Amino acid sequence: MSTISREEVAHLARLARLEVTDDELDAFAGQLDVILQSMKTLAEVDTDGVQPTSHAVPLVNVFREDQPQPSLPRDAVLAGGPDTAEDRFRVPRILDEEA
Amino acid sequence: MTKLNTFEQAVATYEPVLGLETHIELDTKTKMFCGCATTFGAEPNTQVCPVCLALPGALPVANRAAVEATIKIGLALNCTIASWTRFARKNYFYPDMPKNFQTSQYEEPLCEDGYVDVVVDGEVHRVEIERVHLEEDTGKTLHVGGTTGRIHGATESLVDYNRAGIPLVEIVTRPVPGTGALAPEVARAYTAELRDIVRSLGVSDVRMEQGSLRCDVNLSLNRPGEEWGTRTETKNVNSLRSVERAVRYEVRRQSALLDAGERIFQETRHFHEATGETSPGRSKEEATDYRYFPEPDLAVMEPSREWVEELRASLPELPRKRRERLQAEWSLGDKDMQSVVNADAVELIEATVAAGTTPSGAVKWWLGELSRRANESGEELAALAITPAQVAELQGMVDDGRLNDKLARQVIDGVLAGEGSPADVAAKRGLEVVSDTGALEAAVDEAIAANPAVADKIRGGTHAAAGVLIGAVMKATKGQADAGTVRQIILDKLS
Repeated sequence: MSTISREEVAHLARLARLEVTDDELDAFAGQLDVILQSMKTLAEVDTDGVQPTSHAVPLVNVFREDQPQPSLPRDAVLAGGPDTAEDRFRVPRILDEEA
Repeated sequence: MTKLNTFEQAVATYEPVLGLETHIELDTKTKMFCGCATTFGAEPNTQVCPVCLALPGALPVANRAAVEATIKIGLALNCTIASWTRFARKNYFYPDMPKNFQTSQYEEPLCEDGYVDVVVDGEVHRVEIERVHLEEDTGKTLHVGGTTGRIHGATESLVDYNRAGIPLVEIVTRPVPGTGALAPEVARAYTAELRDIVRSLGVSDVRMEQGSLRCDVNLSLNRPGEEWGTRTETKNVNSLRSVERAVRYEVRRQSALLDAGERIFQETRHFHEATGETSPGRSKEEATDYRYFPEPDLAVMEPSREWVEELRASLPELPRKRRERLQAEWSLGDKDMQSVVNADAVELIEATVAAGTTPSGAVKWWLGELSRRANESGEELAALAITPAQVAELQGMVDDGRLNDKLARQVIDGVLAGEGSPADVAAKRGLEVVSDTGALEAAVDEAIAANPAVADKIRGGTHAAAGVLIGAVMKATKGQADAGTVRQIILDKLS
């Protein structure tokens, strides 16, 4: 049985702002299902008292000192966006009409 | 819309449960994860780099000063400092976050389980702190095309990322039940205490009007003995007075809905400074799906106990201790000191005394005339257009006999109207006590001539009758004479 539904895949796609066609929903649900099944197998291992790994490298307390460094020139910054105005990035309306 | 209840009606039926989330922008020289400067008011998009723009391949590194500042805040709030803590990504799409996630902390905040005691109406209320965590601020958005720059009705928005990535500390309380009718005052007192604590640590300028301290107010109501109700979260309440008003409004609004048998929806609301009301914000339904996960690009932090103790030892005198010290220095009773604290006048009075006046003189003006003016105009005391140095100057003029209290109040009118320093205003408006004895003697002579019967009484030894003549002289000099001096001249002439 599939552990992830088309609806769940559609929900995840919406959260990640991805456009997914109906065919792709089916395909991804199938692929994600394989991944989740593999996870299930891994989940059988006894991990009581083992901290989940979030970092592959055993580094701790890496800090920088509070010393200013040069920022990027503004032209270079703004060149990265599709549209600008008044030295700012211009973005479409944020709230829908009814909000 | 349902009619509001009065606050008194509301708290007679329901018990409020408060919760406060406060964001404090740290005043480090650089951002949280990169070396960009944090200068306030810089030209748009001039303090950004590949890290705070999240360009591919850029790697963040945590700012040691920001971590230390957060640990200090945690210690000052009686928290436990984590021995193992990490950052997490909070994923959401909003144009003020260039990365499409905010680097924050999730299950392992830097500091946990603290408390702040605040005194309201002579009673101590303990506000428990759930967590203090470190995250980054968002960019600033300019909304275009709507009315008065609001996001509602805007056709497009313009974004400046200078603020994106500035270290932000979030302080979350546990729910605070049991404050009853004092809920608005407790919320205000907590926010003021938190602000004073952070200011004393010197890690933020905590200016609510500049947005370096921002407050979200959670509130729910329940009938006595019943379970806590559904809470609303009122966002961006940006002055102490607004914190109080927001709580008061939500108590009134929610109680009216509950009375009408309606239910409260868990929602974000916006506070409107002009009306003191709240209105629904964006729905939280979808927004809560943040899919937090540990931030792989930043190393785990393990603050050593030595480091924490070093920071604890470096804590300055905290506000509560400081208030006790100042109360003794100023020789104030508990009640008077509480009035000073409630009026948010501790720093103002301290600065006024430092500018060279007596504590009693400073207290007199800030708690008296100036508090009255602030109340009238609905402003915070500190927002009045008069500085502690000017108040000290004013009291100095009273002490020197150049002003009496009545004239001093007129001088305050002028200072608040932007006419300059007290000395300037007194000069421009001609508000000085007449110290020219020649002029005073002439006025006394006139008063004696106009009131021969009274003059005879005084000659006969009834000195109390001098009041009539003093009154006449004060009238003639438009209140600009010193009553004591006038009395002395009268008695000299009639004895």
